[in-house]
Amino acid sequence: MSIHGTNRYLGGFLIGCFLIAALVGLFWTPYDPLAISLGGKLLPPGGQHWLGTDEYGRDVLSRLLLGARSSVSISLLTVTFAVFFGLILGTLSGYARGWIDRVIMLLTDTLLAFPSILLALALLSILGANMFGVILALGLAYLPTVIRVVRGAVMSLREREFIEASRLMGHPAFYIMRCHIVPNCLAPIIVIATSMFGSVLLTESALSFLGLGVPPPAPTWGNMLASARPYMDRAAWLGVFPGLCISLTLLGINLFGDYVRDRFDPRMRGL
Amino acid sequence: MTKMTDMLLEVKDLELGLVHDESNLIVRQASFDLRPGEVLGLVGESGSGKTMLGRSIIGLQPGAITPRGGDIVFRGRSILKMSARNLRRLRGSEIGMVFQEPMTSLNPSMTIGRQLEEPLRQHTRLDTARRRARILDIMERVGIPEPGDRLDDYPHEFSGGMRQRIMLASAMLLKPALLIADEPTTALDALVQRDVLELMIELTRQEGTALILISHDLPMIARYCERLLVMRDGEIVESGRADDLLAAPQHDYTRRLLQAMPERGPVRSFDDSTTPVVELRGLEVEYRSRTGFLARTSRKKALHGIDLRIRRGEVVALVGASGSGKTTLGRAVAGLIPASGGDILFRGLPIGKHDANWMDYRLNCQMIFQDPFGSLDPRFTIRRLLAEALYYQRNLDSAERDDRIRAAVREVGLEDAHLDRLPHELSGGQRQRIAIARAVIGRPDFVIADEAVSALDVTVRAQILELLSELQRQHGFSCLFITHDLSVVEQLADRVVVMRDGAIIEEGPRDTVFDRPQSGYTRALLAAIPKLERTATGAVLNWRFGANDPLREGAQ
Repeated sequence: MSIHGTNRYLGGFLIGCFLIAALVGLFWTPYDPLAISLGGKLLPPGGQHWLGTDEYGRDVLSRLLLGARSSVSISLLTVTFAVFFGLILGTLSGYARGWIDRVIMLLTDTLLAFPSILLALALLSILGANMFGVILALGLAYLPTVIRVVRGAVMSLREREFIEASRLMGHPAFYIMRCHIVPNCLAPIIVIATSMFGSVLLTESALSFLGLGVPPPAPTWGNMLASARPYMDRAAWLGVFPGLCISLTLLGINLFGDYVRDRFDPRMRGL
Repeated sequence: MTKMTDMLLEVKDLELGLVHDESNLIVRQASFDLRPGEVLGLVGESGSGKTMLGRSIIGLQPGAITPRGGDIVFRGRSILKMSARNLRRLRGSEIGMVFQEPMTSLNPSMTIGRQLEEPLRQHTRLDTARRRARILDIMERVGIPEPGDRLDDYPHEFSGGMRQRIMLASAMLLKPALLIADEPTTALDALVQRDVLELMIELTRQEGTALILISHDLPMIARYCERLLVMRDGEIVESGRADDLLAAPQHDYTRRLLQAMPERGPVRSFDDSTTPVVELRGLEVEYRSRTGFLARTSRKKALHGIDLRIRRGEVVALVGASGSGKTTLGRAVAGLIPASGGDILFRGLPIGKHDANWMDYRLNCQMIFQDPFGSLDPRFTIRRLLAEALYYQRNLDSAERDDRIRAAVREVGLEDAHLDRLPHELSGGQRQRIAIARAVIGRPDFVIADEAVSALDVTVRAQILELLSELQRQHGFSCLFITHDLSVVEQLADRVVVMRDGAIIEEGPRDTVFDRPQSGYTRALLAAIPKLERTATGAVLNWRFGANDPLREGAQ
């Protein structure tokens, strides 16, 4: 089997682990992830606590499981938000053209002018740091990319003859967008949504690390990494495990994303 | 030791196959030879293997295709056994190649002068001044005016015909012994095609270069080639002198190719007193472009006041070269682009913007497009595609709707089983049948066919044309048939309209336009198209290149 095939399965496996962790974290954790136990703080990984405890004596494994849950929900909701509105705005912009296109593109370009993390930071300081603030901020930050991609796909689609054929049958623009345009640009959307998922996960961790993500004591991989910083010399596991989780999940998503791209991009097929 | 012969090229039992699939051969048992200076035609439909055979002669077949047997011997040396280095030396200097699409075979970011200089740098030791002289000489010979001023221009600054001349110049620059031209003029208009081909023949004749001309167009290739090879499914099914082969074809497939050539249909008469189905009065279309933010909008007229009446049940052919405005006219009549002036009258009433007559017209004017793949949504099943066209037929219940869809599919020669397929599961001809079914399923009064058969193979084209005229007779819709291919027109049209530069320059009944064309342009257009006239056993060309050219004789 080719390297490519193996990568796909490795990617799928890593994503599978991540999703299972998130699912398990939803119903069960070995300990209460928020229970403080000052007697058992900074315990190294071992029998009682598989991955050790943190500076407040909270079980690291339990916190990682709970963190996976919030990471999945934040990433999924953010991607859904960006794709949903990006699809609507991008389709409108690409199909209607004229002033609608110009207004949407002006806004998009303005948003694109800021690095997404900076934009999210700015929005979060206005919206306040909570889970929905994070989703909204990240969603808005990633929206322009989706709009751009959708608009490009729609603009080349609208010149296709089957769209004109549909216009000739007397169908209104809304019908054409819904039945011909959107289904035909789903492929690039699925591709960017996959790669976006990883990117959002990373940005969310970075935001938490900077202290603007989901506020403590609720654990996320990012804020666990952040709070591990002062203890890196004494309790390296506090930083290593969340870091590993982020890296491995991202690796999985990227490997799987390559596969998804190859599947949906006919130009890449057969290579 | 190779046997010395006077042959320039010998192809012996050549077999080409896929690298990963030994059971499948692309070219089987191909054998032919070529004398120096000879012009050989290779004819076949898409997928016949003609391009692969042509490319393999200079080792340019795609990576997935490999020789499986036989040999190609060029000047006593085997091409198949040659090293990559020697092969490279051979290309350009001894064997040249011209491809179909001149825009993609020229590098868009390099000036013409530098691109022409490259083969000279590679294969000769000429200094800069001599290289320049050679380039200017060949550019002049391929008919590029003021070649000295155009060396620094980029490919996009030339027209399609000019680009193909430049390709020809670069292929002939090193005076190769063999030139392979793969569909060199398929993308060009009839008049330009004729110029480029004649130039190619003359140039190769002067240099003593042998030419292999590869094309799907039998009449065209027969006009210019001494000898023909007919390919089908990877096999050379027939070969021989062009005239003999046409006069008495031996193989069944060649006979079918000749029978697929359109024949003139019967003359039909129309009542002039009734209201025309569609009438154009002074129709104008303008393209506006803004060059800068504050710049004035510049306007370019694509259509200059077109007047046209299309009577009930009449087929009007709209003919013209690319850029003549014929497609613009079709799209404006269909309402796909707005008219900037004039009126479209439907059953005698002007169509306004989105009034009742407009909607009536919208449903009664359908279109068949050129590319049968592009005109069908790849995600819709055939059933859904046809149902979509019946969406506004409100008087039908779902059972009737279903019956209509089934009937429409059978009417175009397909079966119920095709209903649940997707467009890509059908062949090009079948897809075009679906596109036709979709256009006529709502029983429109008026159908616009924009190059509806141009993308199809010759034998398929004949079937589709037959289908179209049958449906037209049966349902009695009027038809505006837009094409650059005059031979198609002869079979189908009742009336012919010739367009040039956005205006109608000739209009009349088919037989009058074909037999007694009034304008010089129409005459040139008719003469540029090689035509086969059927005889008892086969066919003869209306004229061969180099002999009794009716246009040139008429001009003298």
